[in-house]
Amino acid sequence: MSSTNNPLLEAKGITKYFGTITALENVNLKVHAGECLGVVGDNGAGKSTLMKVLSGLYKPSAGSLFFQGKEEILESPRDSQNLGLEMVYQDLALAGNLPIGENIFLGREPTKNLGFLKLLDFNKIKELTNAHLDKLKINVKSADQKVEELSGGQRQAVAIARSTAFNAKVVIMDEPTAALAIKEVGKVLDLINGLKKTGVGVIVISHRMDDIFTVCDRVMALFQGTNFAEASLSNTSRDEVIGWIMGKK
Amino acid sequence: MEDKDKKVESLHLKLIPYFEKYGILLLLVLMILVMHILQPDVFLSWRNVTNVFKQISWQSMLALGVFMVIVTAGIDLSVGSIMMLSLMILAVVAKAGAPWFIVVLTPLIAGFLCGVFNGLGITLLRMPHPFIMTLGTLYIFRGAGNLISGGTPISGFTDEVRYLGHGRIDLQWLGLEKSQYLPVSLVLIAIVYIIFWIFLNKSKTGKWIYAIGGNPNAARASGINVNKILIIVYSLCGFLSGIGALILAGRTDSGYPNAGLQSELDAIAACIIGGASFFGGRGTVLGVFAGVMIMGILRNGLNLMDVSSFWQQVLIGSIIVLAVYIDVLRRDIGTRK
Repeated sequence: MSSTNNPLLEAKGITKYFGTITALENVNLKVHAGECLGVVGDNGAGKSTLMKVLSGLYKPSAGSLFFQGKEEILESPRDSQNLGLEMVYQDLALAGNLPIGENIFLGREPTKNLGFLKLLDFNKIKELTNAHLDKLKINVKSADQKVEELSGGQRQAVAIARSTAFNAKVVIMDEPTAALAIKEVGKVLDLINGLKKTGVGVIVISHRMDDIFTVCDRVMALFQGTNFAEASLSNTSRDEVIGWIMGKK
Repeated sequence: MEDKDKKVESLHLKLIPYFEKYGILLLLVLMILVMHILQPDVFLSWRNVTNVFKQISWQSMLALGVFMVIVTAGIDLSVGSIMMLSLMILAVVAKAGAPWFIVVLTPLIAGFLCGVFNGLGITLLRMPHPFIMTLGTLYIFRGAGNLISGGTPISGFTDEVRYLGHGRIDLQWLGLEKSQYLPVSLVLIAIVYIIFWIFLNKSKTGKWIYAIGGNPNAARASGINVNKILIIVYSLCGFLSGIGALILAGRTDSGYPNAGLQSELDAIAACIIGGASFFGGRGTVLGVFAGVMIMGILRNGLNLMDVSSFWQQVLIGSIIVLAVYIDVLRRDIGTRK
């Protein structure tokens, strides 16, 4: 909660057009190390588009991104991952047919050389997965379990584990509790609090005021693609934030 | 009580992957046993077994190619036509008097390029489904094959060109009789299948092929260049069809307009019987091999017993439906709802 320091990630004047539709207009956002920023807004307010710009999936039509004070241009999700910027998508973006470990390392698999062949190092994947799940206190039967055999909460935990497996500095989560049973929500929120303690900057998009008020330090509202309001959690209330979502100050 | 439940559940969890991996082999072994009982003198004879392998040799290449495509949740309907076009190009080049090592390379290059064409069409033209692109090229490639050959068979290749499809590895040095040779095509099947098993299971690209089939959005979000992988997959599928053409050239000693007609359906059937899922991400190389073998043995066995080919069609169709139904049941117990 070092809001006086330089932000880890800062977006300035982000604008995004899809054809003639303006999804985002001149949006600013920043998040610091160890801080959780909640982003709220009604459907179509531009939350998901903003997150996709931050993760490199969309290129902004205008505006710039600064990471640790340096301007960065993201051409693809790989670029943002290389910076330590990870995204947990609402649809989880896990391949159900693959085991937990292979999902966590998908696209960045460790390999070993066998002569001129570069083969996947399954032992290392398993070893690193177990160590990482232990660190986050995520319980699953085995790293070899297929993701489609997991419950919604376990999948969300795997998705979060995936996002933090490579020394992530900022993790962006799109509706991390939307698809979960109530008893699983708490576990996921605990995970987010755990991440903050390790110095990760977290951005949470959520409709659920309970989530925002449990894990976030600051909240900002988008309305029709623009910055509408922003406050630290201690200076606002649920009713006020719900008002922002509906465009009332 | 709870402990006991846990044990049962973990046994269940441990068994399912094995069943998933090797269940189809059980069916294959069962079929071999049944055929052996029905035809005890002939079926497992050296001559008949090598015959089966020779018969499935080119189909097994098409099936392997189509399998990779199916793993990405795609489909390639054009493999039979790719094989026919590659075969015709081989025949024309051979008739023009090119040296054998050029002739041997032509179907492989032609098949590969046909696959690249499919892959580029699917990704660059953003076809709504690979079905449409490859349905188009099913006609295009066969038409092209007839255009370059004039629609007539072209026969007569040199022994070097025919080696992969027709060659024999003499085993008399092992004390076997002259008739007990090993078909080169059998060795080729083994080598190609092992290479592709390693590729699909042990390489990053192979893992990504499965990931794309499981969830293309997950693959994209992981920074995988999905279009590039898809082009690679369709190109390899075309390349394998080219190998199929080379084998067929050896077996039949001719390029003919009806080569590989409807063989894309056989290839798809073998994949489905072997446990590949149309939804993508599921299936093994071993399963495809078993699927090809099951179809080959069924045809061979029914021929040995003089069963009409009409019944063969009925039986193969029934096995497809049965195999997929078993798959549905398996998935019911394997996956959380």
